Amino acid sequence: MISLTRTFRRVMGRDAEAATATPARATSRARILETPPIDIAPNDPILSYFHAGSGAVAIDELQLDSPAVRALRSAGVKLVVPLISQGELIGLLNLGRRLSDQDYSTDDRRLLEKLAAQASPAVRVAQLVREQEAEVRARERISQELRVAQLIQQQFLPKTLPDLPGWQIAAFYRAAAEIGGDFYDFITLPEGRIGLVVGDVTGHGVPAALVMATTRSVLRSEAPRLVAPGKVLERVNDFIHADIPENMFVTCLYAVLDPVTGALTYANAGHDLPFVRRGSEVVELRATGMPLGAMPGMKYEEREAVLGPGDVIVLHSDGLAEAHDPQRVMYGFPRMRKLIGELGTGHELIDGLLESLHAFTGPAWEQEDDITLVTLSRSTGRGETEHVLLEFEEPSAPGNERRIMDRVASSVRDIGLDPKQLERLKTAVSEAAMNAIEHGNRMDVELPVHVRVSVADGQLLVRIVDNGGGRDIPEPETPDLEAKLEGLQKPRGWGLFLIKNMVDDMRVHTTNMHHSIELVMKLDAKKGAGDGND
Amino acid sequence: MAMTKSTAPVRYRDGTAVVDLPAQIDATAERALNEAYATAAGHGSKTMLLNFGGVEFLSSTGIALIVGILARARKDGRAIRASGLSDHYREIFEITRLADFMKIYADESAALKGEGTK
Repeated sequence: MISLTRTFRRVMGRDAEAATATPARATSRARILETPPIDIAPNDPILSYFHAGSGAVAIDELQLDSPAVRALRSAGVKLVVPLISQGELIGLLNLGRRLSDQDYSTDDRRLLEKLAAQASPAVRVAQLVREQEAEVRARERISQELRVAQLIQQQFLPKTLPDLPGWQIAAFYRAAAEIGGDFYDFITLPEGRIGLVVGDVTGHGVPAALVMATTRSVLRSEAPRLVAPGKVLERVNDFIHADIPENMFVTCLYAVLDPVTGALTYANAGHDLPFVRRGSEVVELRATGMPLGAMPGMKYEEREAVLGPGDVIVLHSDGLAEAHDPQRVMYGFPRMRKLIGELGTGHELIDGLLESLHAFTGPAWEQEDDITLVTLSRSTGRGETEHVLLEFEEPSAPGNERRIMDRVASSVRDIGLDPKQLERLKTAVSEAAMNAIEHGNRMDVELPVHVRVSVADGQLLVRIVDNGGGRDIPEPETPDLEAKLEGLQKPRGWGLFLIKNMVDDMRVHTTNMHHSIELVMKLDAKKGAGDGND
Repeated sequence: MAMTKSTAPVRYRDGTAVVDLPAQIDATAERALNEAYATAAGHGSKTMLLNFGGVEFLSSTGIALIVGILARARKDGRAIRASGLSDHYREIFEITRLADFMKIYADESAALKGEGTK
């Protein structure tokens, strides 16, 4: 059975008559010139002749109502020899009239058929190479397009998170293989307020990335001027509606937060509803509005909420909730909502959601859409809003307490500790680090001592964590120096007592795995730490 | 951090054994301090001056070493003085009450004269 290859569909004809148009080469054998390509429709009856595999076909002798035959005749083709490779018709050898004007002889035909039989495999190989090259070019174009989309996307996502006193902000964005149009943003507004944006452009690739970039730019320029979220979305909608490609629109949640009072005003252009956690209760913030760019002249409902101390807001795109497991079951908003109620804040919350998603979809999951998560947690006033200065690990080798001390000391040089405080901090850190190395990790160099230096609510916090979990840490007691001098007690046992006297507070926490000590030093304390402990 | 060999050389001035303490007084200094005490005791000095002038780092283990020396000196009827403490380590001597059991002087010459206890 002969089938028709795709590459064969357009056949180059040859026009013997056209030779007269080039008299300079009239004596040459190359007085045959190429004619425009001839299209042979897949249902053209001439193909049945070729399919029959009966060798050379004399075109003038054919009694067929065939557009291809007419085209071949008008191109001056007299004889056609099908090229067949592995049962597929891959091309035709078209010949015009002989130079002698005589008909093609039986010998001629036999010779041409032999030539066709030998040429066919080579032609087929050439066709395959050309197809391959075209595919490579197409793939390159697609990956180039994805790179461009990715570049646009990355360019327009925030490079840093805003530093809001009393708030902990964390954000996560992961593009799907075929970049979607997710975006998020923080916009500085008058009177210390901040605009929070999370959006999703329908579609993928460069067009979606460009619409995302435009939406973000318009939002950024209109938000500080108009402030009111409903008005801002209204303006952005009218602006982008004029230019947005057909069948494309943007869902977008825009909220304005007053970080001092926790007052949140928001409007929603058809985006997924943000979650707010208050204690163990999780609610959705509802406001109605059409996606941006869908229709002109839209109004957006504006609603208000207050984020109190300890409250958490989670802005997100549908990439997480609408992920599917191998059985095509959707992760779903209820699951997400329940988990938000159970998890911590900031990166702990984001990591918890992503771990749950990973467990749900399984390791073989190919991410279906962009995933965006932005969380803002309001401090309870107990200092969980941290600005991390340094985080590092050191192996539990003797002497590394001094390395840890030096690294912590250099990380705090710009926060305004006076020299006395700095010396106290150094002593406290070196003592805590030595305890972690000697007691917690028992000098096992394979076990690291983890150190985190941060500032929160006017306090410097240095947390030192070792692997000595599951054991109780003794309460620091005032050593009995007389007893030690009398030889009634060992001379040692000063570490915890020293630490306690060097800092304003010392918090000890033990789990089954780890033991941590957090050293607290008040940055605004006029009275030095340690005073009053004598 | 590499362990450096710690030494605490002993000098004698006006009948006092002056011990120049190493820069780092922690577990690495234990042997040097014990040797210094033994040397000073062997010399028969009734007063021993610990010179903290070159001390950069004093840990709780170092404090325990000082307590050990102080305990031995009390038993042996030997007086211990200290000089050259930085403000920070002087504060630690007060918090730990070591300052109650040894006289602290601003510098070596004041300590040798036994004058101007700070």
